[in-house]
This record gives sequence, structure tokens and C-alpha cells, in this order.
Amino acid sequence: MKAPVLSAWFGRGAVAAPPDIASAALRSDRFRLEREGDWRRLESIVARMERGGLKRIADDDLLALPALYRTAASSLSVARETSLDAATLAYLEGLVQRAWFQVYGPPKGFAAWLRDFVLGGWSRAVRAIWLDICITLFVMVAGAIVGWLLVARDEAWYYRLVPGGLADTRVPGASREELLATLATEESAVGLSTFAANLFSNNSAVCILAFALGFAFGIPSLLLMVHNMAMLGAILWLFSGQGLTLELSAWLSVHGTTEIFGILLSGAAGLHIGRSMAFPGTRPVLVAAAEAGQRGAVVMVGVVIMMIVAALLEAFPRQLVDGTGSRFLIGGMMLAFWLAYFFLYRPRRAGPEQA
Amino acid sequence: MSAAALPANKRRRMMVTPEGLALPITIASRGSRAGALIIDVIIIIAGLIAFNLLVRWIAGGLLDGTVLDVEAAPRGAQEFLQILLVIAGFVTWYGYFLVQELGPRGATFGKRLVGIRIAARSGGRLAAEAVIARNLLRDIELFYPLVFILAMLIGATMGEDLGTLAWAATAWFALFLLLPFFNREALRAGDIIAGTWVVETPRTRLAKTLSTQGAAAASGASDVTGMRYAFGEAELSVYGEKELQTLERMLRESSPEALATVHAAICRKIGWDPGAGDERAFLEAFYGQLRAKLEGEMRFGKRKADKFS
Repeated sequence: MKAPVLSAWFGRGAVAAPPDIASAALRSDRFRLEREGDWRRLESIVARMERGGLKRIADDDLLALPALYRTAASSLSVARETSLDAATLAYLEGLVQRAWFQVYGPPKGFAAWLRDFVLGGWSRAVRAIWLDICITLFVMVAGAIVGWLLVARDEAWYYRLVPGGLADTRVPGASREELLATLATEESAVGLSTFAANLFSNNSAVCILAFALGFAFGIPSLLLMVHNMAMLGAILWLFSGQGLTLELSAWLSVHGTTEIFGILLSGAAGLHIGRSMAFPGTRPVLVAAAEAGQRGAVVMVGVVIMMIVAALLEAFPRQLVDGTGSRFLIGGMMLAFWLAYFFLYRPRRAGPEQA
Repeated sequence: MSAAALPANKRRRMMVTPEGLALPITIASRGSRAGALIIDVIIIIAGLIAFNLLVRWIAGGLLDGTVLDVEAAPRGAQEFLQILLVIAGFVTWYGYFLVQELGPRGATFGKRLVGIRIAARSGGRLAAEAVIARNLLRDIELFYPLVFILAMLIGATMGEDLGTLAWAATAWFALFLLLPFFNREALRAGDIIAGTWVVETPRTRLAKTLSTQGAAAASGASDVTGMRYAFGEAELSVYGEKELQTLERMLRESSPEALATVHAAICRKIGWDPGAGDERAFLEAFYGQLRAKLEGEMRFGKRKADKFS
């Protein structure tokens, strides 16, 4: 039976002084009484670490922690062979486990992790899944071509691929002027920031979905990619019919180079998990999945950041900056930046150990 | 009751620390994990609602009637507040779990309350990446399926024709949702991806030494009668380690009435004439001497698991 939860929360009262060692009739109890002080000290250090992190702990306590942990661990091994006191054994097992969680806990807090992530961790993770990025890129391009071809053969496909609102003028049969109007800028920036915040929330959710679906051997991730890019292909077909390919590309490139890159990365991260589960090699499947998942998670945190950037670009420059040239310039700059950051930026690892 | 009712020993696993020490850990039951999640979700939702109300109260009617109204596009401060709400929702949803599970307790508030935490399956360090990975998958495996299946059920009761694809999607989502029920470690998809599992947090306090008190101590004599109990070799060979530890638990926890029953049972077994009024001293002495004998044999590699062996 477990002790009641409440007593563990409130019952941190005074500890009774241990009885005189000589009074113990059993050798195993003398063994326990000799080491009990160390155990209690370890327990109090661990309890303080659990409550408030490392800052509130005195330096000599912190220095003593590894030694105390090993003392307790070795006491446990000895006690298992020499003592039949079930309560002491249970206490030691619990204590060693708690201390183990602290000694081998998360190596750094969130802030330190984030710094390491921006300065190299992110691009390292992206480079590690290069093969999946290539596969996903291929699938996405294929998806766009399929979308184009489908709509070119039969216009009815357009309505299936592109979910349109009622007032959307981007439909087959629209005139050149109508299409051009959808690419124009807004008169003012009013309302655009709300638009950006919603876009971000929405797009990140889509990316996390693409990543999480990779769990099923990556197939749903790829299907999601094909579906999204088929939509793009259909729209491209529509605009190119009126000779507006260049204008549309410029309009898309402002945020698209960041957004589609982000979607590409999240699909690739999902595929990476799926692929390592389907082909784990010599590792057990669960180990392979865990390694791939942790790498993918790093990429995904980056994708969320990219989605913030993309939403800002989509809301402001895309709607406010006019002219094909300047739109291409922004989009191209972003693409160049991401490529350079991921593939050219290779700082040396900071610490000696990388978890 | 299937999973939650599993006896605790079916959820015991051995985890080997980097020192090579095998530590028994208990995998959290599915029921306690569900409970922890419900607590966390309630906290998040309540917090977001409170934050929302606070912002609205501070804004003083600035946000009234502007939601999704294209004509009255939000301006200035109003726009800022709306963005604040969207971002706060996103950050709270993911940040709540991330920051707390990365902390020294490795548990959210709900998990702490039910006494569980996350740990690395390998027995090594719990990496930050693992915590992030397991939290990214929570949406897809829990909330999307729940929302989707609910929508399907509502649609089905309204008499809508759903088609095969919708049912296939439901089955697929249900598979995600029920994944913890299909493996013995109760791993959800996020745990598989991250290489983590959820275990019970030990909360054992150090109990008193039994051989320093009462009649079990070296000079132990009964407080009531002042006599010392001494048991012979034959009387002590009746029981094994299992019985010894049961007796230990009884001595620590049980009432005098329960001790009287045990006392009578032991006396019957070893052929003594059970008296009355001095049960505790008798049991303490018996415990002390039995344990001394068994531990002595243990040091020579001879163990007696229970009374049958």
C-alpha cells in the first residue's frame, strides 16, 4: 500500500533522532543505523532539489550529492543481501530512485536548452534528417504536378482540391483582372496582426499534425503533403492559364519560402520517425523510434518558429509590398537565409557531452 | 475494470541504473494517468478562461462584438489584445506541460497530485528532446481523436450518411486513442516516440528500527511481565522470509486485536501454550530471533523463501 498522499505533502516534520547503535540486536539493523544519517541527508537534499531547483542548495550539499547517491545505492545492494527488513529495503529503493531522478534528471532547464537549440542544435537536427527531407521534397513536387495535371484534364477537380469560400474569385473561368486583384495589396495594415496570429496558430497545428502522423510509418504524413501540394498545383494551373504564373509565384514566395519549407521539414520529421520504425536496422524498434522521435522533436520546435516568421511575412509584407521584383526579393532572401542557417551554419558543439 | 485493477506487481519493472543497480519501479496505472491529464486540462482551461476574463475586464468592453466581424476590423489596442489572447492560448497549451515536465520533478501538477512522473525508458538521462517529443504528440493522439469521434457520433445520431472513409478515419483515431491499452507498459504514442514512460513516484518514509525497541532489542524483555522469550532452533525453523516480513508489517501497522490473532496462530504452530496480555512482546521477540536466524543463514548463502521451502 502506498502512503497517503497528504501526509507526504504536509508531514515533513521533525525527524526523530536515531536510537543508539549498540542497542540494536541485529547486525543488519546496526548496518542501517550506521548509515542512516547519510540517507537522511541525501533525502533532504533530494527533497529540496525537487521543490526548488538547484539554486537553493548549498554548494557542499551539491558536491556531496553524487557521493551520497552512490552510498545509498551501495547500501541498497548490501542490504538486499544481508537484511530482511522489508521497510528499510522499500525506503532505500524509493530513496535511490528519487536520487537517481535528480542525478540523472533533465540535464538543463528550458532556457539553457533553447540557447543550445538556436546556436547549432536546430541545424544539426535538420541535417541529420537530410534523406527524409529529400524524399519529402520529391513527394511534394510530385504532388504539385499531380494537382496541375488533374485540373488540366478535368476542371471539376479544382473544386475538390481547393476548398473555396463563397466569395472567392479564384475559380476556373475567372478573368485575368479578377485574379490579379487577389494578388494586390491591402490599403492599410489594419487587422493584419490578428490575421497573422490566427495564421500562426493554424499553420503550426497543421505542421504538428504532419509530424505526429509520421508515427504510422510516415504514410499519412506523405499523404498530407501530397494533398497540400496538389492544391498548390491546381492554383498554379489556374493562374498560369491567364499568364500570371510569375505574379503568383512572387506573391507566394514572400511567405511561402518559409511556410512551405516549414511544412517540408515537419513532413520530413514525421517520415523520419516512420522510416526508422519500419526499418530500424539492428536496433530494437522502440529504441529506433525514440531516437528518431527526439531528433524530430527538435526539428519541430524549429518549425513552430518558422511558422511564426511565415505568419508575420504573410500578414504584413505580402499584403503591403507590391511589385513582383520586391516580392521575389523578400522570398528569396528568406529562402537563402534558411538554407544557409541549416546547411552552412555548423558551429562546433558547445559542451563535451550532448544528450 | 481492466487496466486500473491490475495488481501492482504486474506493473513492476526492473530498471538498471548506469551504476548497474537494478531498481524496481512501478509503471503508473492508466487510471491515474487519465486522472492526472484531466486535472491538468481543467487547470489549463480554467487558467485561460480566467486570463480571458481578466483581459476583458481590464479592456473594459473594448473587445465586445468584434469577433470575426469583417466590417468592424479591430484597431490599435483592441487588435493587440486579440493577438495576446491567441498567443496566450498557444503558449499555455504547450508550455504548461513542457516547462513542468522539464523541471526537477518531471511531472505536471496533475501528475504530482496523483503521484506519478515521467522517466527515460532506457534508465539513462531524461533528455529535453524526449519531453518535447512526447508533448507534441498529445494533440494528435488524444484531442483530435476525441473531437473527431464526438463529431462522428453526433453526426451519426442526427442520421447523416457518413460513408466508409469517415468510419476508417474513426477507427484510425481510435487506434491512437487506445494505444496505451495495447501494450503492457501503457505507453502512448508520444511515449514510444520519445523513449519515455510514466512511473509512480516513490514516497516511502524511513520506518523505525524494530530491533532497538521492545522485546526485540538485544536486552529485550517484556514490559508487562519482565520475562524474556527465547525460542529454540526447531521453533524458529517453522517460518521463512515471507512470513517474517508479514510479521514485520503487522508489528508496524496492526492493532492489538490483529496481533492477538497472529500470536495465537504462531503459538499453535510452534506448539506453545498461548497466554494473553503480552502478545506484542512475544511477537517482537519472535520477530527479532527469527530475523537473526534467517539473516545469519543468509550470510552463508542459505535462504528460506517461505514456510513451505
